[in-house]
Amino acid sequence: MNFDPNSSFLYLVAVAVILFILAQSLFFLIRAYKRGKEIGMDVKKLRKTITSSAIFTVAPAVSILLGVLTLSKFLGLPLPWIRLSVIGAITYELPAATSTASALGVSISETITSPTVYSAIVWVMTLGILPSTILVPVLLKRIQGGLISIKSKDSKWGDLLISAMFMGMISAFMGMVFSNIRKGLPGWIPIFVMLFSAVLMAVCGLLINVFKIKWLKDYALPICMIGAMIFAIIITPAIS
Amino acid sequence: MVSKSYDDKTHYYGKVWIWTAVLVFILVPVSACVYYNAWPPFISVLKGLLGVAPIFWTVGSIEVITFTPMLGTAGSYLAFVTGNLTNLKVPCAINAMEINEVKSGTEEGEVVSTIAVATSSIVTTLIIAVGTLLLGTLTPVLNSPVLKPAFDNILPALFGALGVVYISKNWKLAATPMLFMIILFISAPSLAGSVGILVPVGAVISILMARLLYKNKMI
Repeated sequence: MNFDPNSSFLYLVAVAVILFILAQSLFFLIRAYKRGKEIGMDVKKLRKTITSSAIFTVAPAVSILLGVLTLSKFLGLPLPWIRLSVIGAITYELPAATSTASALGVSISETITSPTVYSAIVWVMTLGILPSTILVPVLLKRIQGGLISIKSKDSKWGDLLISAMFMGMISAFMGMVFSNIRKGLPGWIPIFVMLFSAVLMAVCGLLINVFKIKWLKDYALPICMIGAMIFAIIITPAIS
Repeated sequence: MVSKSYDDKTHYYGKVWIWTAVLVFILVPVSACVYYNAWPPFISVLKGLLGVAPIFWTVGSIEVITFTPMLGTAGSYLAFVTGNLTNLKVPCAINAMEINEVKSGTEEGEVVSTIAVATSSIVTTLIIAVGTLLLGTLTPVLNSPVLKPAFDNILPALFGALGVVYISKNWKLAATPMLFMIILFISAPSLAGSVGILVPVGAVISILMARLLYKNKMI
């Protein structure tokens, strides 16, 4: 059988996976919304959470779409579409495809023509990312039990612990922004973008808290993000 | 704390969905192998896996411990299926809880975090689906050199805004891990490719500092 990584069969598989993801997300969305109403949360706030989360998601989602484009040159469209709609991310899928292709002595500069190479790559992509999905049902209750016991002993420390974990993530990503500064002025562009985004957020904070523009609170993060991305478009040609 | 019966049901539904997801994930390569009658040699899958599994299995396992307390029960079951945790789901959930002034681990926090993660998953899936179907039209736009700097800088744009909120609130907590990471990445720029593994390192430093400051009543 001739192999085409863009075959109707593979598109069908992709559509089935996408429908599953949508069904799971909708199930939990509806359930949480109902629960929010049950425990007396403001329906307006719940709806605003949906709107602000949706708006926040747009820019990163378009960036994920770029990952689909990058991978599609080699793997066709259906597989990157599946992989980047589920647990995968471009930072994982590209090394996984490259590692398997090199093990099989294939180049990733042109579209795959061998079904065996293709299926080997799909297996590696799938098995390489599976442990985190499997560990959630195994560990989640235990982790939560540990946190509850910490919180019941000392609630302030319990809250601090979660803040500290989040700070760990923020510090790693903010530190990463500095990784290119030894390359001269163009290496500083990410830092300028980060600072611009931070300044925008400070201005938003001022508008929300001092000038009482409350609606801004729901949309401050996407506004700052997109503002800083536009800033990157402006300064990059000027600096590089 | 989240009431027992609702939380227990969430765990039950979460487990059903996540194990089904595992099955769906595995069915993708199985269906390709069966349909094309092309089962790859075990050794080539193993070789490919050896190139990525050690780091990604480690990062994946650590992500479960680091992110589940922030995402809550349903948020975790969902986010670990739909992915893109650090660049999307975790910031989205944390931002939504911040806007609604609720904390993770509470009933309200669980509701808000789940709504944020679920909405974000749906929007991402739809954008990728529409983008994939309209690829012919969108490719020149998305690949245009004018827009490239915007997408190259999406993480600084996200973490600048997010960082200033949390650092201004917890600057004593933030100072040490931030300084450590900045020095580390300037000294070893190649580590940028393995930022995932440095998240728990940052978290451990941050937790130790938090404990020290808390014990000395400085926080």
